[in-house]
Amino acid sequence: MGAVLQIMQPATLIVVLLALSVSGFYMGRRKAFRVAGNDIRVLRSLPSHYGYYTAMWCGIPALMVFVFWSMLDDRIILVMATSSISASGASAQEMNLVYSEVLRFVAGSTIGEPRPHIADAVVKYRDLQDISNAALMVFALSIAIAGAAFALSKIHKEQRARNSVEMVIMVFLIACSMIAIFTTLGIVLSVLFESIRFFQKIPLLDFIFGLEWSPQTAIRSDQIGSTGAFGAIPLFAGTLLISFIAMVVAAPIGLMSAIYLAEYASARVRSYAKPLLEILAGIPTVVYGFFAALVAAPFFRDAGGLIGLDVSSESALAAGLVMGIMIIPFISSLSDDVITAVPQALRDGALGLGATQSETIRRVVIPAALPGIVGGLLLAVSRAIGETMIVVMAAGLSANFTANPLEAVTTVTVQIVTLLVGDQEFDSAKTLAAFALGLMLFVATLTLNVIALHVVRKYREQYE
Amino acid sequence: MGNGTHTRQRAINKVREGLVRRYAAERRFRRYGMLAVFSGLVFLVIMFTSIISNGHSAFRQHYVRLTVEYDESRIDMDDPAASDFEGVVKEATREMFPWMSSRRDKQRLYGLISGDATYTVRDRVTDNLSLIGKREELWVLLDDDADMFFKGYITPVERRLMLSKVELVLDGDQATLTGDETAFAKIVEAVRGNLRLQLAVAEAELENASRLLVGAEARKEGRDEVVRARSKLESLQTQVADLKTRILSANLNEEIGEGMSSHLINVNDIYFRINAVTATSISGVVFVKSTQRLSGVSGQWQLITLETPVADRRLSDKEISVLLSLQDQGRIEGRFNSVFFNAGDSREPEQSGILGALKGSMYMLIVTLLLSFPIGVAAAVYLEEFAPQNRWTDFIEVNINNLAAVPSIVFGLLGLAVFINFFGLPRSAPLVGGLVLTLMTLPTIIISGRAALKSIPPSIREAALGVGASKVQTVFYHVLPLALPGMLTGTIIGMAQALGESAPLLMIGMVAFIVDVPQSFTDPATALPVQIYLWADSPERAFVERTSAAIMVLLGFLITMNALAVVLRKRFERRW
Repeated sequence: MGAVLQIMQPATLIVVLLALSVSGFYMGRRKAFRVAGNDIRVLRSLPSHYGYYTAMWCGIPALMVFVFWSMLDDRIILVMATSSISASGASAQEMNLVYSEVLRFVAGSTIGEPRPHIADAVVKYRDLQDISNAALMVFALSIAIAGAAFALSKIHKEQRARNSVEMVIMVFLIACSMIAIFTTLGIVLSVLFESIRFFQKIPLLDFIFGLEWSPQTAIRSDQIGSTGAFGAIPLFAGTLLISFIAMVVAAPIGLMSAIYLAEYASARVRSYAKPLLEILAGIPTVVYGFFAALVAAPFFRDAGGLIGLDVSSESALAAGLVMGIMIIPFISSLSDDVITAVPQALRDGALGLGATQSETIRRVVIPAALPGIVGGLLLAVSRAIGETMIVVMAAGLSANFTANPLEAVTTVTVQIVTLLVGDQEFDSAKTLAAFALGLMLFVATLTLNVIALHVVRKYREQYE
Repeated sequence: MGNGTHTRQRAINKVREGLVRRYAAERRFRRYGMLAVFSGLVFLVIMFTSIISNGHSAFRQHYVRLTVEYDESRIDMDDPAASDFEGVVKEATREMFPWMSSRRDKQRLYGLISGDATYTVRDRVTDNLSLIGKREELWVLLDDDADMFFKGYITPVERRLMLSKVELVLDGDQATLTGDETAFAKIVEAVRGNLRLQLAVAEAELENASRLLVGAEARKEGRDEVVRARSKLESLQTQVADLKTRILSANLNEEIGEGMSSHLINVNDIYFRINAVTATSISGVVFVKSTQRLSGVSGQWQLITLETPVADRRLSDKEISVLLSLQDQGRIEGRFNSVFFNAGDSREPEQSGILGALKGSMYMLIVTLLLSFPIGVAAAVYLEEFAPQNRWTDFIEVNINNLAAVPSIVFGLLGLAVFINFFGLPRSAPLVGGLVLTLMTLPTIIISGRAALKSIPPSIREAALGVGASKVQTVFYHVLPLALPGMLTGTIIGMAQALGESAPLLMIGMVAFIVDVPQSFTDPATALPVQIYLWADSPERAFVERTSAAIMVLLGFLITMNALAVVLRKRFERRW
């Protein structure tokens, strides 16, 4: 019995279920052939449809049982294993500690001898887990076999197996396409819930309009400075400063290279230059961050030193410049798309009136493409605001409220990372603040994206 | 009429005058465009060259050959793995430099060998118990600082072979080399150069001080200030005069302090640092002694200049002398850095590698691929082929387009709140990383999948429907196979994005310092880009090199994947 239980780990069960489904397919198909005699034209569906039909009845209910069981069993086993402890009158909070301690010992992630009552619970937990696995195996396998038997019994000439199979496929397709909605929902709910908990501790207005940010809360409440300050204005200012520098670099270069590649460059130049520029878009942001910290920041510091300027080694300028480089291909490919979408007739008209090519571009093509370009720039801003690795590696940690690009500033994303990397307690304002910042970030980028996508889409429809 | 031609002529002239300006504007505009493209490419080149020039040396690693004695007294016969292998390594190191007996010297000497040497010796013995009691030559890793020295990152080294006749006199630890003036001309010149530099600084200070004095006198400040300024001026004047005589003096006699470039002498296999220089002799403290050849006349010796002053480098003159002497003995060898590809992370740069991070990334990508490809294809098929045009479908589309532009760190917050806190999945696990990256790459895959489906002409569908296929059959047997190459291209590009992503992984705890190479989807792991982030934070020079090398590996993978996508598109792209 023990050996069998050991073998029947959940992964093995899935493999067995898959094997059963495959054999279900062949049994269903054979049954279909037998029902049809030697003329399969009398069947309503193809023989393989009957196979799929059987396989689905065999596999899907059993898999669903498996999934629900494994989602629920851990919790139930935990409660059952520690029932003697909870019966002795432990509070809910104490029980939570007991739960996590038991789980640590079961997973073997703690070294040392467990206390006696915990040790009992651990032994009991393991026993119950074995029993649960065995029960699940028996239950899931019998459901699989029953499902297959039911499907086989249903197979006859008039049965519309294809319709059933196609219905299941459609359900699967629809479910998959809904994942995007669930993801958005998940993002909104997860940041919203934690943010609400944060705003219960720190008033919303203090957060949005506060001028000071120092989230280091003390461990004990009687220590000095225990409250921390959660005014996000310096973070917003820092984010905007770096994004602004990035856009000052990226917008002219990106736009001009898009114009050059779309309007002037020969096909040969275009076929080389465009993919080369797009390499910049494929480079991971951590590489840009490394470049910013290793090359750009020291360069600006030394250059500033030469002309007698005091440039911080984590200056907003270095981070912004490198972020700008990263965004160049983004702007240039979006603008390239909209510029090439401007109808040739507009250009011909302007050139026919005697305008030079640059006049045509500046007076006719760009105004015509302007909504699309603005949309692209907005998307680029949203990208710059949400960019993380470059600023984490090259921008500062202290929240200076300044507009001087030579000083170190910090950004929303940097703070999210610093607050969440390392030890976390999910009830301290410090950790929850990261989610509040995440919410701000999400709302800001979402707004920009919606506007930008709307503008771009409208513009496309105009010329299609 | 004449007036008319005149006006027309004037108008034409005006246009002509304007033309010059307009054509100039045209050329200028065009040049701006070229400049923009060019500057984009220049950034690209700067980034690649800086990374490659920093990182290429990490693919080589220096080893030292020790003569190891597997002394029976040090090896525990019952449990060989628990023996004192550190002692074996130390003994072998000490044997080569027996005169380095002070505690400090020994510490420095052992510090030149990597801690990994102990494991090399251990593995050697536990694999081969017959070696116990024997001696053998064994190549072991050098410490990262020593490795950096041989790669030239600690200080620029200049070795000059001198062929003039000199005589060496050893007196305890003091060495004196005497010869004629031509023999030491190079060193004397270097010393004079340094004096001249000091002179220039002193003269500048003098000028400054005299200006201050004049100012103080003019403003009639208190007597104390004037007196102080005058005494400072006078001391500077004597200093300048002193420096001038020292530079011009024929019997130069100078010391070489720690603030300037060091000069080492290698004569008769002995290494010593020059502390004092005269025109015909140099002397200093011996760092490396020789067992056989001692005082005497020699016609061949080496002058070694270490440009960076001692205060500004991580290795002292003594340590460098030891390393150079080891190199003379043929005990140093640069080899392909296999540790880098076979080890997990480590606090010691020379023992750290990217295998753990690579495997973590691999596990994550497997999860991402297995989930995002089927789901992405299914979603694209539904939206493009089956979905009715209504608000609901519109809403899904808006959602997908938005998710493609949501900052990646927000996905990390989602992973932390949902997968780890709500579902209780383990922190730092590739499984969770894979799930988060799946959600991130899905929009890319869906959007490219829809584009691929859109490019299949309706005639294919009509033909299939015409011979009696159902809609599902049409899509799965006729449309999907034709669209698959395009979908695969999109998937590979999505995977490349996922491979380079690091921000969301920081949120779900994949930044921990993990030495072990992960063996499953739930083991704590890190990913290649995160490893780069972690190493980039480390101050050691050797980690800068390794960070760049890891970036080169990462970029190599990304370029391969993108090239694969391009090839796939070229091969299967069909024009209908």
